[in-house]
Amino acid sequence: MSISEETVDQVKKLEADKYKYGFVTDIEMETAPKGLNEDIIRFISEKKEEPQWMLEWRLKAYKHWLTMEEPNWAKVGYKKIDYQDLYYYAAPKSMDRPKSLDEVDPELLKTYEKLGIPLKEQELLSGVVAVDAVFDSVSVATTYKAKLTEMGVIFCSISEAVREYPELVKKYLGSVVPHSDNYFSALNCAVFTDGSFVYVPKGLRCPMELSTYFRINAENTGQFERTMIIADEGSYVSYLEGCTAPQRDENQLHAAVVELVALTNAEIKYSTVQNWYPGDETGAGGIYNFVTKRGACRGDNSKISWTQVETGSAVTWKYPSCILQGDNSIGEFYSVAITNNAQQADTGTKMIHLGKNTKSTIISKGISAGRADNTYRGLVKIMPKAEGARNFTQCDSLLIGNTCGAHTVPYIETRNPTARVEHEATTSKISEDQMFYCQQRGLSPEEAVSLIVNGFCKEVMKELPMEFAVEAQKLIGISLEGSVG
Amino acid sequence: MSLLSIRDLHATVGGNEILKGINLEIGPGEIHAVMGPNGSGKSTLSYVLAGREGYEVTRGTIAFKGKDLIDLAADERANEGVFLAFQYPVEVPGVVGMTFLREAYNAKLRYLGKQEIDAMEFLKFVRSRAKTLNMSDDMLKRAVNVGFSGGEKKRNEILQMAVLEPDLAILDETDSGLDIDALKLVSDGVNELRSENRSMLIITHYQRLLNYIQPDHVHVLAHGKIQRSGGKELALELEAKGYAEFSEEAA
Repeated sequence: MSISEETVDQVKKLEADKYKYGFVTDIEMETAPKGLNEDIIRFISEKKEEPQWMLEWRLKAYKHWLTMEEPNWAKVGYKKIDYQDLYYYAAPKSMDRPKSLDEVDPELLKTYEKLGIPLKEQELLSGVVAVDAVFDSVSVATTYKAKLTEMGVIFCSISEAVREYPELVKKYLGSVVPHSDNYFSALNCAVFTDGSFVYVPKGLRCPMELSTYFRINAENTGQFERTMIIADEGSYVSYLEGCTAPQRDENQLHAAVVELVALTNAEIKYSTVQNWYPGDETGAGGIYNFVTKRGACRGDNSKISWTQVETGSAVTWKYPSCILQGDNSIGEFYSVAITNNAQQADTGTKMIHLGKNTKSTIISKGISAGRADNTYRGLVKIMPKAEGARNFTQCDSLLIGNTCGAHTVPYIETRNPTARVEHEATTSKISEDQMFYCQQRGLSPEEAVSLIVNGFCKEVMKELPMEFAVEAQKLIGISLEGSVG
Repeated sequence: MSLLSIRDLHATVGGNEILKGINLEIGPGEIHAVMGPNGSGKSTLSYVLAGREGYEVTRGTIAFKGKDLIDLAADERANEGVFLAFQYPVEVPGVVGMTFLREAYNAKLRYLGKQEIDAMEFLKFVRSRAKTLNMSDDMLKRAVNVGFSGGEKKRNEILQMAVLEPDLAILDETDSGLDIDALKLVSDGVNELRSENRSMLIITHYQRLLNYIQPDHVHVLAHGKIQRSGGKELALELEAKGYAEFSEEAA
């Protein structure tokens, strides 16, 4: 696959139409009034036709949230969020759970087309990627569900799971990220409106990549997605998450929670390409991406692998983590974070080693251009019982230009003398030599940067599923548009 | 008509004038060698021709295929057919050699308004070229110049040249850091690429390389000017006498 030629194509398209996903779909929204209080939470719960226990769970979280302070330890700065000035529920109207795509609002289908997700085609092509498409807060269409159901895989919206599989949800919801975990996750617990739910039964290797495309649509609507993936004993699942958002002047809050549970011998691979609207060159607009993602390797020999390519959002605050509880369990974190213009990212991971011979690998690639700040913040914690635990961390930062920043904040705590923890870090700039070398071979400065950066990120990019790899390569070029010359 | 015509070329680097009035005509298919002592401006000449940033032309003209080269960016010059084989080839970590070659090749095709090449077809093309230079597939799978030996780097430069098929190849001290076997291999590769419509400008300290790649013309560059020009016998004379007379001349 040719990297830079496509990138250039993309960039050219963008010049005409700066951010191609910055369009607004004209669909009537059904919206709860602005602000947050118990009534709003009751409204959401009612809209979702939730059982009483769910409402109580939300209210408990809300009460706890009221006692909490918004965290300020991350190296990011943004205008104070007025939580009473946001909408907490918005759903496209006239959508009474469509049974097929024919029942889906044609406007909505057009939106997906612009985003390059031809659902219809995908349905016809039958069975490579199942898409649980989330439009704002309500799941619009879930494809391949029948096929997955046949195999015993549950792949549905979390709201549906609350109604249809209450025992599973009760057992696992909040078991990895409890409502008291942090400010944003507590908020999410109180007001989450949708997200995906996946359960893979014992011994099954899920044959298709599961994916969700998130999209923020209504102005001033915070997005509070909640995703939960449970891989039962000996199972395997790969989940892809991709995000695009329309252009807005006001900042939009996105506070999602993702919980993963891998039981004995199970493996979960979770890949994200995040390109929420980053704001304009001056930093106006753009998404606040405050996400809590955590996986628990509960069983022995289980494995959770996070791969993320973060190119969007004005502010990113995100630390996909692994709790390595089972003996011999493995946690992996592969990350590319690109910040350009006025973007800020504070991202990294936490690897908590509890079980014996647990292993974790962290590969983080931060790229900073423009006036952006990019921080890797990570914690490797080896607990007393984690005999023989091992960690390898590699943090590389690449700077483009003289006005951006790269910061690395690794925390290491080991309480077991048999642990082996390695940390490697580099900071480099794209050298003038490299640029000239590439240009002397005929590449334009933009093409050269894209090629060099893609090379820099290679170890992470190769962890992405093929479908995502191509999109991600393009995104890297797009995100760095205007960073040279 | 000349392929490359340099007239009264003056150039500065960081405010210092390094080239002080170069005149040089290179016809199609000709091989010119530029020799000279350290600090004479040989590498500066190659960078000025290739359009490296920071190398400023203050006077004079460079015409390439009748076009004014000075106003073109480095990548445009490359796509017009100017190739520089680097004295110190640069590492591009994570970028596989084959990908790098294809990106470069397609950039040129796009520049010329042509259709990009099919990946499989290109693979075959590169393999055939690599064979002549005794380069294994393994080398093409590695990141560009990363962990390459001196000889491998230089061979890689010549492979790029063979693939990009320039009209003018500038070889900047391609012989430096090569042992006799590697020098022979690289020279064979270069000789293979000699043709009546490909000119070369070979920059070197030593006559040694010119035993393998026989030039049509030899120039002595010292103090930012071409001090003497002649046939290949001039190189032998320099080998015997050294550059002393040119430093005296200037002094």
